[in-house]
Amino acid sequence: MALSTGKLGKYNPEKPTENRITDIGPRHYWEFFPPIIQRNYGKWLYHDILEPGVLVHVSETGEKVYTVRCGGMRFMSAEMIREVCDIADKYCDGYVRFTTRNNIEFMVDSLEKVEALKKELWSRKFVTGSYKFPVGGTGAGITNIVHTQGYIHCHTPATDASSMVKAVMDELFDYFTSMTLPAQVRISMACCLNMCGAVHCSDIALLGYHRKPPIVDHEVIESVCEIPLAIAACPVGAISPDKTPSGKRTVKIKTDRCMFCGNCYTMCPALPLSDKEGDGVTILAGGKLSNRISEPKFSKVVVPWLPNNFPRFPEVVEAVKKIIEAYAADARKYERIGDWAERIGWEKFFEKCGLPFTEHLIDDYRLAYDTYRTSTQFKFTEAAWEASRAAGGID
Amino acid sequence: MFEPKRPQKKLKYEELRIYTEEELKNYTEEELKNFKIKHAIPDLEELEKGPWPSFVADAKREALHRRKLADDRVMIPKDVVEDLLGQLQLSFDDGETHWKHGGIVGVFGYGGGVIGRYSDVPEKFPGVAHFHTIRVNQPASKFYKTDFLRALCDLWEYRGSGIFNLHGSTGDIILLGTVTDQLEPIFYDLTHELDQDLGGSGSNLRTPSCCVGKARCEWACYDTQELCYELTMHYQDELHRPAFPYKFKFKFDGCPNGCVASIARADMSVIGTWRDDIRIDQDAVAAYISGEILPNGGAHRGRDWGKFDIQKEVIDLCPTQCMSLENGKLKINNRECTRCMHCINVMPRALRPGTDTGASVLFGAKAPILEGAQMSVLTVPFMKMEPPYDNLKELIEKVFEWWMEEGKNRERLGELIQRQGLWRFLEVIGVPAFPQTVKMPRSNPYIYWKEEDVPGGWDRDIEDYRSRHKR
Repeated sequence: MALSTGKLGKYNPEKPTENRITDIGPRHYWEFFPPIIQRNYGKWLYHDILEPGVLVHVSETGEKVYTVRCGGMRFMSAEMIREVCDIADKYCDGYVRFTTRNNIEFMVDSLEKVEALKKELWSRKFVTGSYKFPVGGTGAGITNIVHTQGYIHCHTPATDASSMVKAVMDELFDYFTSMTLPAQVRISMACCLNMCGAVHCSDIALLGYHRKPPIVDHEVIESVCEIPLAIAACPVGAISPDKTPSGKRTVKIKTDRCMFCGNCYTMCPALPLSDKEGDGVTILAGGKLSNRISEPKFSKVVVPWLPNNFPRFPEVVEAVKKIIEAYAADARKYERIGDWAERIGWEKFFEKCGLPFTEHLIDDYRLAYDTYRTSTQFKFTEAAWEASRAAGGID
Repeated sequence: MFEPKRPQKKLKYEELRIYTEEELKNYTEEELKNFKIKHAIPDLEELEKGPWPSFVADAKREALHRRKLADDRVMIPKDVVEDLLGQLQLSFDDGETHWKHGGIVGVFGYGGGVIGRYSDVPEKFPGVAHFHTIRVNQPASKFYKTDFLRALCDLWEYRGSGIFNLHGSTGDIILLGTVTDQLEPIFYDLTHELDQDLGGSGSNLRTPSCCVGKARCEWACYDTQELCYELTMHYQDELHRPAFPYKFKFKFDGCPNGCVASIARADMSVIGTWRDDIRIDQDAVAAYISGEILPNGGAHRGRDWGKFDIQKEVIDLCPTQCMSLENGKLKINNRECTRCMHCINVMPRALRPGTDTGASVLFGAKAPILEGAQMSVLTVPFMKMEPPYDNLKELIEKVFEWWMEEGKNRERLGELIQRQGLWRFLEVIGVPAFPQTVKMPRSNPYIYWKEEDVPGGWDRDIEDYRSRHKR
């Protein structure tokens, strides 16, 4: 049966429940597995990364499957997907896979096919010159950045996502196509604190951030919001009930309490936060998800704020490069960014990365005390001498 | 095993297609080079440069393709992508988004799966005045056949913007932008023709997701795809009809490497592990030591790190120091091992997880809003993961029941656990306190003793007390 055409297709608005199909779930995965994957399901013995972007998995049956991984855009048109399908039809019998980090994987059963496929993927470019399918994203390098919607489709962002990712990946392109780092570096991007991208355990996290308290839309707040819910939404008790001069119910904001999380706006459209000068980007670093060697850990805020300098975010790109270059030069093999920072001490992290340490980086929210240093074990850096001078301890 | 819950409709693009080959190839490369959309987008054009794939260049070809289709061959404005780019440029100019807050739309009988979205400058960009998102439940591990993807492209280009996210943060196929009256026709064709349902949104079970698992990984300690599919099907009602205090996410990682980020992103994180011994092939260990096999699956090929040193790179980096090399043989004290995967990652041909496998179950991860970010807490050290997974389903039922009873509006499970205490959660799931659930015992002695724990209870007589102690 063909997909329907016409304004309403086969849907009959007079009888919306007629022949209705619901609760059928996703399609079953098995039919989407290439035959070689079906034959060797659960039988894989080991894998090897032959070169950046090319993996081989070897099965106990003796079969080998080769995977060519290339960077994809999360934001992708039907035109692009059809092109992915053309390649999959030509080389992979119509099978293709996407990864959790928005990469595209083509699987073949011989090295000859790998070579032909790689050639084809590298040859495809947009008319303006960008690669469509850069091969890489494996091993001790930088793979694709997972990200959120930004200005493309979201109502709460403090920055844009797709453009920042494009700008950062253009600069980090050589790290995507190589494996020269001490370990993998996972970069993630979320355009506000709601973090639908959940970037809080990434080696480097780029986070859109508001810096101005909400503006109260007194005229409509009563009619568009449940005021008690808006008040309860504030984790620091900065919102309280109020009346306008004309007697309408509204709220007032204790601006010195606000920490700009934006939860009030999520609950109430009459409390917008976004602002051209206020909004920008925070960078966090040193998180990880894997249990390898050290436990999974949260990323820490290392740059409190950088401006939304559209479309290429040069300040953000520069800060990311500083971290990666210092890490590449100094970390030991297998050390993730967070492991490295903990070994050398965070004070050395700031020194080696050339990032200033400011009061914004000292926690003052819940459980802040856990992050205070309560020992005399520290390393002297220029920042320590400056602090010592300020206290009159040295000249 | 491997059987779908219901017969699957076979999909053939040639039978499903809307557009002819001519319609799909309706512009030349020359036309694309010279193509200008109807708005000035200088900042976006800057993003067409550089080596990384350009979403702007991609969107522009979709815009040209739509423009050249006949008027009656798309059901929403032909210039929707041009207006999307125009509005994005305006957002750059203004440093603020131009999407309105919320908007409740959906398909009949479901409370999730569609997110309403409206432009706040519809007079400038009428093509995106209404621009709703549809979440489509991805197949486990995101393998596809092109028949399915091509059919989805036709459906979405015809009834929507033709712009996707592959994939959204939670894992869904995201269809980005359509108008309200197309939602039901899209849902009809998705379910009737593509045999495919929507994903979750709002205060319901969100679309579960899993790692590549046994399909193409040697480390999967349980069948992540099958469990993901089984629970997605089992909880269809929870997925489509919001009845929870807030969102709830399931994610399934096959091993402690955690490729699908469950420990940071899922209210329930199921992470594969084993309880017997790491399998060792001593010949392969020797081959790594001699340099015959490259360590770490070749992941460090790009730099000369010197000759592989098993002492320095494996034994000394082991977090529990439970390994040693004796007469060229690798010894592991498995009772001390915490299964961090490092040695296995470094020497995949020599070391493999054990064969008595299952999963650890952790609960409560979430992003920072509101009380700060949380990772999932270890609450079940080991659970066998085998069909029909009744043990896990029983555990989930207990958690859902408690959270729906006790959770406040918009309180994630992890926050409820914090508010009421981890011991309370353990009590709810019927697990006795065990030391592995914490990193260390508490350092303050403010223990909430219960009345029944203390002989005599709380009820005391002040007269009796005063008979021994003057005022």
